[in-house]
Amino acid sequence: MKNLYSKKTLKHFRSPHNFGEIKDADAIGEAGNIVCGDVMTLYLKMGKNKKGEEIIKEAKFKTYGCVAAIATSSVITDLVRGKTIEEALKISKDEIVKILEGLPPIKIHCSVLATEALAEAIYQYLLKNKRKIPEDLLKKHQIIEKSKNLIEERYQEWIKLQNAIKK
Amino acid sequence: MKKIYLDYAASTPIDPRVLKVLNSQLKNNFANSMSLHFFGQKAALAVEESRRKIARIINAKEDEIIFTSSATESNNLAIKGVAFAAKKRGKNHLIVSSIEHDCVLESAKWLKTQGFDVSFLSVDKFGFVNLEELEKLINKKTFLVSVIHANNEIGTIQDITSIGRICRKKGVYFHTDAAQSFAREDIDVQKMNIDLLTASSHKIYGPKGIAFLYVKKGVLIEPILHGGGHENGLRSSTLNVPSIVGFAAAAEIMRKEAKKENKRLKKLRDYMIKKILTTIPRTHLNGHPERRLANNINISFNGVEGEALVMELSFAGVAVSTGSACSSKNLMPSHVLCALGLPPQEAHGSLRISLGRDTKKEEVDYTISVLKKTVERLRKISPF
Repeated sequence: MKNLYSKKTLKHFRSPHNFGEIKDADAIGEAGNIVCGDVMTLYLKMGKNKKGEEIIKEAKFKTYGCVAAIATSSVITDLVRGKTIEEALKISKDEIVKILEGLPPIKIHCSVLATEALAEAIYQYLLKNKRKIPEDLLKKHQIIEKSKNLIEERYQEWIKLQNAIKK
Repeated sequence: MKKIYLDYAASTPIDPRVLKVLNSQLKNNFANSMSLHFFGQKAALAVEESRRKIARIINAKEDEIIFTSSATESNNLAIKGVAFAAKKRGKNHLIVSSIEHDCVLESAKWLKTQGFDVSFLSVDKFGFVNLEELEKLINKKTFLVSVIHANNEIGTIQDITSIGRICRKKGVYFHTDAAQSFAREDIDVQKMNIDLLTASSHKIYGPKGIAFLYVKKGVLIEPILHGGGHENGLRSSTLNVPSIVGFAAAAEIMRKEAKKENKRLKKLRDYMIKKILTTIPRTHLNGHPERRLANNINISFNGVEGEALVMELSFAGVAVSTGSACSSKNLMPSHVLCALGLPPQEAHGSLRISLGRDTKKEEVDYTISVLKKTVERLRKISPF
């Protein structure tokens, strides 16, 4: 393995921030797929700021995955803290990659894992509280669902191929 | 910081004795072995002596050894070369196992695009090919069966005597990729009915960039590289004389020391396997507990991903490798571990630890203690 990762990425990987569960979480988002070797669960606890706006008070994660997956998980839990839902939804994978001082091209998809887990958590939260779901978020949720199914399908196809190989 | 190398299956450091030979060859034997003058003839002599040494190790004849640049090249030559020759006889079907090295699998898949038929032979949970299935798969159009002797990931050593017997009975060629086993394990190409065999130098403490393909006399095969007609016309290219001599020296040393060294390695291997399996929960061994390479360990750690493990171990000064998808280009878990029937989460969490000549028990103990801590830490982060 080459020196693929930046110092920042390795730092987050070696001492990740905010890992673990929030027992009474207000929102839980899951992203990734075990087939690809990356699965992230993001826990959010909501609260209010001084202005009385609803914000993400606390965020924690549990991640099964490679160096990049763990580092991006760590970064996003830092990023969302104190943000309103609207602000949080604006966090992009590019922002995460920038904070990590870059990721190897093949690992960029890992940063998507974190933004997807966040989108899923917020989607589930809004849905649970019967609140209006912004159109962009709904779309994102549908894409995530679709890609989950796609990976599953691709994996099933791959298994079929492996089995066909055996015939 | 400690630096512990436990990735001998990937490559080995050069044996100091081989380095001496190599140095002297690089200095003194520079000529082209095809040249008629005495410089050239000296080089040619050194090559022929090396060929004899290598042939003896697998009980082949010296003119059956074709030097190449890598095991990948040898495997390509074996698969494609035999395929092109077979096409002329109207045969178009080959069989490879599902746990071959990528260079065999990809060669076979490429042949598929050239109109050949390929069957992939399945393996059991230990990685042994299904012999009954092999018999059934061979048909009138079959020209070649290729099964890796000792698997590079899980270390399983195939019963190549039985495979060779089946191939001989059915009248098809048998190729085996022995990159991991050559000179380490007993190989007799005549007794084992092997028609083609691949081996490489850098896996046995020799220089990189040199390998060979054994091609039994009479086997119909076409070259891939055309040119000056070197190596019986099968592999044109000026011979890499110093490396060939270095390879032969490394092979002789390995062969001479294999019995004793394998015994030592097996003891260390079994100690390490037992210690990991008993002290770290949710782990299991991949491959067969006994019929495996003396230096190979492959263990799955549930709940943790392989690349993360490798990186964390690397920080602690321990070099090992993984079959995890995140370390591969196609982001799919190891095809070998999947062929064994491992679910993705276990295939992703696998480590290959391969021991070697310089491995000491203290290093094994240190590695186990680091591994324990690392797995514990990563499991705390993991949802599984």
